[in-house]
Formats: sequence, C-alpha cells, structure tokens
Amino acid sequence: MTSEETERSAFTVRPYTVTRGRTRTDVDLALETMVKASETGMNPPGSIMHESRQILTMAENALSVAEVSAHLKVPLQVAKVLIGDLVESGHLATHALTDSSPDERPDLRLLERVLDGLQTL
Amino acid sequence: MSNPIPVKIVVAGGFAVGKTTFVGSMSDIDPLTTEANMTKASETVDNLGDATTKKGTTVAMDFGRVALGDELVLYVFGTPGQDRFHFMWDELVRGAIGAVVLVDTNRLDDCFPAIDYMEQAGVPFVVGINAFDGVLRHHPDDVREALDIPDYIPIMVTDARHKAAVRDAVIGLVRHAMAMASTGAQA
Repeated sequence: MTSEETERSAFTVRPYTVTRGRTRTDVDLALETMVKASETGMNPPGSIMHESRQILTMAENALSVAEVSAHLKVPLQVAKVLIGDLVESGHLATHALTDSSPDERPDLRLLERVLDGLQTL
Repeated sequence: MSNPIPVKIVVAGGFAVGKTTFVGSMSDIDPLTTEANMTKASETVDNLGDATTKKGTTVAMDFGRVALGDELVLYVFGTPGQDRFHFMWDELVRGAIGAVVLVDTNRLDDCFPAIDYMEQAGVPFVVGINAFDGVLRHHPDDVREALDIPDYIPIMVTDARHKAAVRDAVIGLVRHAMAMASTGAQA
C-alpha cells in the first residue's frame, strides 16, 4: 500500500460498501447542486442506512453535493449514489440553476445578480 | 436562506500557485475537501500516462462557499494541481460561470495546461497574476505576450491572501463572462 493510498483511507469501511458497489446514479447531480431534506426526509424510517440518515440531518439546511461528500468523508461518487437514492425515495429535494440544465452556463440576468452580490462583499 | 441558487467558479493553475489560499480568502467557511475516484470511463478520455495502471487513483479538490445575499451561493472550486487529474476538470467546469487561472510569474509554464484546457472547453476565463509578497515581478503585458493570451481575455494582478484582491479578480471574471454571454462569443 502506497502512502497515498494509506492517506485516503480515512473512512473506516470501504467506501463503496455503502453503495453496494454502485458508482453511478441516474439522478443528474453537479458538484454544486444543492440538496435539502423534504418533509419525509425530516422523519426518515428507522431502517434507513446510517450514512443516509447523516445526509438527511445535514440537509435540514440546503447544502451542495460537494459539501455532503466533504462532511461525510466519502468520495464524490459515493456521495452522489447515496444522494441519488434519497432523491429517488423522496427524502431529498434538489435544486440547481433555475430553468436550465447543469450543463448550461449562467445567463446574463443571473450573472448580473452574482456581480451585484460580489460588489457588496 | 431557504432555497439559494448555487453558482460556481473554478480556480485553476499550476501546483502550489495559491489556489487553496485563493479559495480560502473568498470563502465564508474554512475550505472543505472533496475527493473523487478516477473511474474507468474517465481513463479512456484522458491522457493519464502511468496513472492509468494504478488502481483507485484519488484526487482531492478544495472548495469554499460564499453567500451572495439571501438568494445566491457562490461555490469556489480549486482544480487538482497535477495535469494527470484533468479527468475531474470536465465536472468542475460544467455549468461554471468561468475560471480564474492563477499564474506565478516565476513559473509561467505551469499555467499552460489550465489555459489550454479552458480555451478548448470554451470556458470563460481570466488570468490572475498572483503577486506573492505583494510584489509584481513581471508586467501584465509581458505575461500576456509570454502566454500568448488574446487581448479580449483580462489579465489581472491579484493576491490570493487578501479577500478584497480575490473578490476583485472574481468580479473581473464575472464581467468577462457577461461580455462573453452578451456577444455570444466563445471564450
């Protein structure tokens, strides 16, 4: 085992165990896509996986896919699979850029709002 | 802030050019790190050299967030330093406002991969000369010539350690992205 591999084994279980080996989800999630627990997500069933429960707890306030990955200390792909499952089960709601696909760049109107926001920092 | 809209910029550049410092200066929170594993699919589209034979290559990305009023959240992502981690860049720049390519004038060559990538991917970008110790060792015009950067791409002097300087660089990027969006031109 190289030092690099040792270093990244911060999680105590092999990361893809919690996704049952899956590395992909059908839900389209960008790094910055924000997720928030739905009403059902606020009261998940007792049978829900530990990691999924952790995600729902942190998603009581909206946060991004990248933040879930960082806080949970799991690789991005693992976070996406877990989030994808919770979106499909209705426990999490996603929102990204309004009315556009994650592939599109922000339009002029949104950029103006970003500029206004930056200028008040 | 119930349902803020997320927007994103990318901070690119060579190894140890100040990307994480830049992210930290911009962010409301201490920078976070997310890791990604290289997948089979990415191996086929990337030139990874020796890395292709290594199982489970992991790449770490630092990022921060800054609230822009109540309705917007800006995420600032630093690109992984080494060229062989380009497989993550497609995901990083997807839907991004654009990129700040940080340049250390003592190691100009280090930023070439980032500039090449942004040009080819059509990502709006500006060049930020990171003036270490507040000292500008090379004039922006010289940097433009050395890097062969077209005139319409802004080159700015910044300082990754200072919030105001970093914010101004990001403002420059957003203005550039607006100019690109309004002319419909490719970056």
